Amino acid sequence: MAPVGPRSGDAIFANVERNAELFTLTYGATVRQLLTDLEEVEEVNKQLDQMGYNIGIRLIDEFLAKSNVTRCVDFRETAEVIAKVGFKMFLGVTATVSNWDADGTCCSIILEDNPLVDFVELPDTCQGLYYCNILSGVIRGALEMVSMKTEVTWIRDVLRGDDAYELQVKLLKQVPEEYPYKDDE
Amino acid sequence: PLSKGKQEVSLSAFAFLFSELVQYNQTQVDNIAELERRLEDAGYAVGARVLELLCHRDKGNRRETRLLGILSFVHSTVWKVLFGKVADSLEKGTEHEDEYMISEKELLVNRFISIPKDMGTFNCGAFVAGIVRGVLDSAGFPAVVTAHFVPVEGQQRPRTTILIKFAEEQKYP
Repeated sequence: MAPVGPRSGDAIFANVERNAELFTLTYGATVRQLLTDLEEVEEVNKQLDQMGYNIGIRLIDEFLAKSNVTRCVDFRETAEVIAKVGFKMFLGVTATVSNWDADGTCCSIILEDNPLVDFVELPDTCQGLYYCNILSGVIRGALEMVSMKTEVTWIRDVLRGDDAYELQVKLLKQVPEEYPYKDDE
Repeated sequence: PLSKGKQEVSLSAFAFLFSELVQYNQTQVDNIAELERRLEDAGYAVGARVLELLCHRDKGNRRETRLLGILSFVHSTVWKVLFGKVADSLEKGTEHEDEYMISEKELLVNRFISIPKDMGTFNCGAFVAGIVRGVLDSAGFPAVVTAHFVPVEGQQRPRTTILIKFAEEQKYP
């Protein structure tokens, strides 16, 4: 049988169960709860990133299972897959990749649409908040599960007055896989 | 920005997020009742906004002022927007005049969740109960709303019933 190629993000998204506002509003409620509990905006950013990371390390399994994506040859391909397949499959939006550095280890993922921020306006008291910080955690966590240590930072944020959402993803190192796998540890 | 309600995300995105919400809240409490209360609070915030949103978008800035009107609004319109379907049933309590129940065979928030034995009666439906309370309260119908598992004969999984008990002044609509 011929190997099955990777599926497009659109095809996967067309086949999964979907949901609109519940997600957005639940995310808003989560952020609000964190702001009440932790008081410091900086702490909220950290907690959102941690939650994203937890999601990322689980989400990668579903992603690989549904997308038929095989090992990416380089970081460039990885970034394209995240933007075209990953974002589409889970959030229903497509992102673009740009601003590569010379050695291909750092790029920007740019989102025009962002379902997390419908109905959201940042009040003056939350100016330091990265409202969508959960996304950077998700990317970091998911990539860590495929042996890539990355650093993800926000460059632009519409809620802060920019014209798009821009996440900078920087490859720190490829963690060599250890053989043999020890399943029972 | 007020969306037209066309943007959709995958259900897994919600499931992942909700699971993190529950786990985070678990780190903040030391008993089940407190955990349910916190989930209900989170839900309440969602409910208050859903009412506002739907009144603007679907009802031409009008909201229900009759008890049965608002109940059927929750059971059909709200449910449809949040969970993609109308709730399975809306019933009036037989023992108490001021009680109503919305039942769902497989409530979305409970679908991916099994409760560990040591967590007893914990029910993620508390989040949905909070949503319902948020809608009712913001519409001027204060109520106590709780979520319960009700075993169904011949079914492995229980259904979830959201019990609505209206505050004193709404007793006889």
